[in-house]
Amino acid sequence: MAVNLKQLTQREELLTGGHRACAGCTGSNILRQIMLTAGKDTVVGGATGCMEVVTTIFPYTAWRTSFIHTAFENCAATISGVETAFRSLKKHGDLPREREKMNFIAFGGDGGTYDIGIQSLSGAMERGHNMLYFCYDNEAYMNTGIQRSSATPFGAHTSTAPAGTVKQGKEQNRKDLTKIMVAHNIPYVAQATPFHWKDLAAKVEKGLAVDGPAFLNILMPCPVGWHFDTAIGMQLCKEAVESNFWPLFEVENGIYKINQKPKERAPIEPWLKQQGRFKHLFRPGNENMLEQIQQHVDAEWEKLLKLETKDA
Amino acid sequence: MEQKLVALSGNEAVAYAFKQAKPHVAAAFPITPQTEMMHKYAEFVANGESTTEMILVESEHSAMSAAVGSAAAGARTFTATSSAGFALMWEVVYIAASLRLPICMGMVNRALSGNINIHCDHSDSMGGRDAGWIHLFSENAQEAYDNGIMAWRIAEHMDVRLPAMVNYDGFIISHTADALKMLPDDAAYDFIGKYKHAYTLLDPENPITVGPLDLTDYYFEHKASQLAAYDKVPGVVQKVSEEFGAMTGRTYDFCEEYKMDDAEMVMVILGSSAGTAKDVIDEYREKGVKVGLLKIRMFRPFPVEYIAGKLAGRKAVAILDRSAVFGGQGGPVFIEIRSAMYGQQVPLFNYIYGLGGRDFDLHQVETVINDLQKVAAGEEPKQISLLGIRS
Repeated sequence: MAVNLKQLTQREELLTGGHRACAGCTGSNILRQIMLTAGKDTVVGGATGCMEVVTTIFPYTAWRTSFIHTAFENCAATISGVETAFRSLKKHGDLPREREKMNFIAFGGDGGTYDIGIQSLSGAMERGHNMLYFCYDNEAYMNTGIQRSSATPFGAHTSTAPAGTVKQGKEQNRKDLTKIMVAHNIPYVAQATPFHWKDLAAKVEKGLAVDGPAFLNILMPCPVGWHFDTAIGMQLCKEAVESNFWPLFEVENGIYKINQKPKERAPIEPWLKQQGRFKHLFRPGNENMLEQIQQHVDAEWEKLLKLETKDA
Repeated sequence: MEQKLVALSGNEAVAYAFKQAKPHVAAAFPITPQTEMMHKYAEFVANGESTTEMILVESEHSAMSAAVGSAAAGARTFTATSSAGFALMWEVVYIAASLRLPICMGMVNRALSGNINIHCDHSDSMGGRDAGWIHLFSENAQEAYDNGIMAWRIAEHMDVRLPAMVNYDGFIISHTADALKMLPDDAAYDFIGKYKHAYTLLDPENPITVGPLDLTDYYFEHKASQLAAYDKVPGVVQKVSEEFGAMTGRTYDFCEEYKMDDAEMVMVILGSSAGTAKDVIDEYREKGVKVGLLKIRMFRPFPVEYIAGKLAGRKAVAILDRSAVFGGQGGPVFIEIRSAMYGQQVPLFNYIYGLGGRDFDLHQVETVINDLQKVAAGEEPKQISLLGIRS
């Protein structure tokens, strides 16, 4: 099952180069990796957002599989329709080409997934469609200009929750969407990053293989919104996992498994320091905010460990 | 053609019509008064009378989104809604038309909130009149059924490929049992024909991208082609209606003309109210009053020349709207007709009536005909009046 890098690189590229993602974008990398695993017999749906916009500016398309975009908040519902049509056409012998199975992939950013699209996503997961939904979570509404989302971490500067003289960025913690998806009791839920390519490929493979819906939440460092050097996006993925900010774990039929446990948890500060969105936290007087972030990361990690132990 | 005489509610009649098209997929969310139509359909599926796959979504927004996904995948697809449900679909209603997907919709006309009201008026579909759908209106369960058969042929015609809604009045048609003639399943399906997609997402050998970002350089051309497709609709509606008439003996056109031949005065109306109007017109005809009725069946695309021709030379025309345009010049039907009649010297005036299910009674029709007589005699009409409102 598990693929090696050589095998992956020999597969047909289904997301072509020449798309218009920003320099240093880790999102196009996520799409590419997922499509290398999914293969050609796949229909992809994208919610309005960066990855839809940069891959489909008419008259060009970066997609070598069929792709559909309709709106911002309804990608899961749209792919519900495509997937149901497949089952119905197959049942009636009306498919354009007979085939047993196709992959149905839907994606949205954290705006299209955590926020405006959560109803559509929740409905599609509950109905049990055969689809893999993934969120490329760049922790704010990047496509519209870096506004805060419910995925934006505490303390981050965004254009609608900016760091000013009185306020210091976002005042709330992020929503734990991954666990909300676990609560849907679907066969497969996981967190991933594009740096951990082997882990990501295995998770996509599992998600597509299960009978029913699967959900992946994938961290996507954004050089524009997070304000970092375009060369270090992948490094930030690695450090997000090593600091327990973004644990790699999966939940198969309700059973939690943490895929990577750092031997020694790295402190969060160096990770924050590389990102301009947290710059104000390092001003004198904001030390307590840094502490608060560290405490939150540690507390969430402890909770996750307990969930895993309980299952074991 | 042997047709079965049955007693059905409007909702059941449309459920049967849609079932006879053998759709691959239905996506819907319940809202009064559409509910019973989907209950009936769910029974068909539960009893094996239909093999349609139903997507029982969590909102109307998702209903229309799933319908778009299904139709883009190459499946014959329908949905049904009313009022606020249609309002929630809004964004995707436009997308369905823009992607040229021949989805059919049962539109059980109901007032929009607020305040919340579950009864009939046309503000729901009228709000979506510029979204690019074909709008067919029905006077009774028979017409709702017939439109429910013909809608598929019209929408799916390769020159058209636009979504179509079958409008029928909430409760008045949807929930009252009516006698109608139904086609045998085979005859209905033969008439509608096997579904042919114009494009599909489900052929990996021929991948397509649907719904791309479309900016200043191409969006306008795409809208131009959508406008051009709309121009093809009237010819197709006439052809399909003629074929349907030859098969069933029930003839349809863009409008129904009732005692119009020598009518000096005309009422224009949509939907179930036409039946009430016809009764009162009969009474006035007996008294020698030359009044007739023009009942609009196809509101979108609006048959401009056809209607202008039918109203030319009349002494007075009263246009009745079961919806209001806030801040506009009369109701939507009036606005269309006045524009269509530009340059003609026919006195036109408008009534807004029946909002929120306010009963449209015989006295209201009498008021209209009395006003028509005054205007025909030379009196200046009041342009816009509210009919049947508490004083």
